[in-house]
Amino acid sequence: MEFKEIITISLNAIKANKLRSVLTLLGIGVGVFSIIGVMTAVRVLQNSIESGLSNLGTHTFQIQKMPMMAGRDAWMQARKRKDITYAQAQTVAERLTTAEHVGIEGWNGGNTISLLSGEKTNPNVGVAGETPEGIPTNNWTIKEGRSITNNDLIHSYPVAIIARDIETKLFPRGGAVGSQIKINSQRYSVIGTFESKGASLGGSSDNFVAVPLTTFMEQFGKQRSLNIMVKAKGAEVYDECLEETRMILRTIRKVDPGAEDDFSVFSNDSLIGTFNEFTLYIKLGVGFISFISLLAAGVGIMNIMLVSVTERTKEIGIRKAIGARRSNILGQFITEAIVLCQIGGIVGILVGIVGGNLTALAFSVPPVFPLDWALLGFALCSVIGVVFGVYPAWKAANLDPIEALRYE
Amino acid sequence: MSPMIRLSNIKKMYQMGDEEVHALSGVDIEIQKNEYVAIMGPSGSGKSTLMNVIGCLDTPTSGLYELNGTNVSEMNDNQLAKIRNKEIGFVFQTFNLLARSNVLHNVELPLIYGGVGSADRKRQANGAIERVGLGDRAHHKPNELSGGQRQRVAIARALVTNPSILLADEPTGNLDSKTGEEIMGLFDILHSEGNTIILVTHEEDIAAHAHRIVRIRDGKVEHDEKVKNRKIARAHTTTTA
Repeated sequence: MEFKEIITISLNAIKANKLRSVLTLLGIGVGVFSIIGVMTAVRVLQNSIESGLSNLGTHTFQIQKMPMMAGRDAWMQARKRKDITYAQAQTVAERLTTAEHVGIEGWNGGNTISLLSGEKTNPNVGVAGETPEGIPTNNWTIKEGRSITNNDLIHSYPVAIIARDIETKLFPRGGAVGSQIKINSQRYSVIGTFESKGASLGGSSDNFVAVPLTTFMEQFGKQRSLNIMVKAKGAEVYDECLEETRMILRTIRKVDPGAEDDFSVFSNDSLIGTFNEFTLYIKLGVGFISFISLLAAGVGIMNIMLVSVTERTKEIGIRKAIGARRSNILGQFITEAIVLCQIGGIVGILVGIVGGNLTALAFSVPPVFPLDWALLGFALCSVIGVVFGVYPAWKAANLDPIEALRYE
Repeated sequence: MSPMIRLSNIKKMYQMGDEEVHALSGVDIEIQKNEYVAIMGPSGSGKSTLMNVIGCLDTPTSGLYELNGTNVSEMNDNQLAKIRNKEIGFVFQTFNLLARSNVLHNVELPLIYGGVGSADRKRQANGAIERVGLGDRAHHKPNELSGGQRQRVAIARALVTNPSILLADEPTGNLDSKTGEEIMGLFDILHSEGNTIILVTHEEDIAAHAHRIVRIRDGKVEHDEKVKNRKIARAHTTTTA
């Protein structure tokens, strides 16, 4: 008996009981949907974070007081650490031998940038105080004008480089370089503009202004912890460079040998690792719950198939009388269960991918198609079909043809 | 010429609670190729069990059943399924068609289980449908057909594999007498074309179409005789009426 025939017979049986089939495959669909939906969403976030992280350049790491992602306890612990001061950061920059660039920066959020004529941005602009080397270590590129120089730094000149969001808001017709702006109430000259970095998790990466670090500290205060960004001379000295930086910092911050670092180091890799660790629990939890719901759906499939076998006893008798073997009947009913599950699975996968990608829409990052999860989901519901279809099919295959023919 | 069917000392017992029921207690029958035999008997006589054994739906408890020289009394389920598929064409009282499938699919079903390819299958099935005079109904569902037409579909399905025997169990039981006569006329034609036909019935009128009547009582052959005044179906000739 050809495979095509079995499929045709199964599809006809499924079509014959449309409502029942739809309700049954809905159960499978919901289970698969929850798996695929969450996995798609997690992948979207992952992509978003990874693209956001490329803000840090290649073989670059960053050192700051607070950890990037941590639980509440770890966070409270980290708050007790001493600030990383400008002097400490400068010492690191002086002593490091394996670094190509060492950038030092401080950040202040929630600022308003305005033109002298009164035009202003929303009060949500980040201001970065940077040393000249902070620009390349942040992987920022100057589009027009010039970058921050040592001269700017030494003299604390009120100069600023503006990113795209500020430029489009305040200078829609161009001509930003050479203009005067105000950061809150202080006046700055625009010396350059940055290329766009696009969006990443949490919104736009283009909503900031960079000024010399010394100028920044005069305006926003010196009592703050700074970030140190180190770009190693190459991939081969990256680990060495990281170790050297840690040792210098531990020495000047007088960390006891054997005690933990009183600062956090992160790179693209470590951040992705932290994120993966974080999402692993989500994945495990969702996977477990979805598995249970798939089991429940499987029991539903079995139930329906048992009803179907009883209902079609006569049909089974007829088929046997005209020459169907046990294996033909077994194949017919298992295939029916599998096809039912697979249709449900496909629906779940499609809706799940669409649903999961709504997060992509929300974070304005490109949508993803998690092929591996889709295939896994499809395989999983096929397995469910086999597991829960076997018993009803076995029951059908073993019906006595005489009894079955007599069944009304 | 060796007989097409040879039953020797066929016994069939059932366990009903503590009691053993002897449905067949030693049946000996030989049926030649192209015979037209009616098996008759009151209900409970064992004629249904006998038909199930002949149709390979059931295996005897003891005794020898040879079909075309092959011993089928000791075959397993799969072998029996193959015999049912290739050697036996069933026609049931209640037609037993698949209600959701059209005439063509019903008729080609035995060929599907027989592993016949799609093109051959369609050709053979359409041929069988033509033979029973339903060429214009191939794509109708059973519930769009009259009782007589449904039984014709069942006969087409039984014929489509060119079986050794056509086994009809009360084929006119669910039909009015006029339609019943038409169906019997069809059997007469099929017999005249060389088919071997075994008819299970309790109606003398219907049995009278056969050439030979085997009467069963209490699980044994009570009587086995040639029919003297064979009835010819009205649909088959124009002289009677």
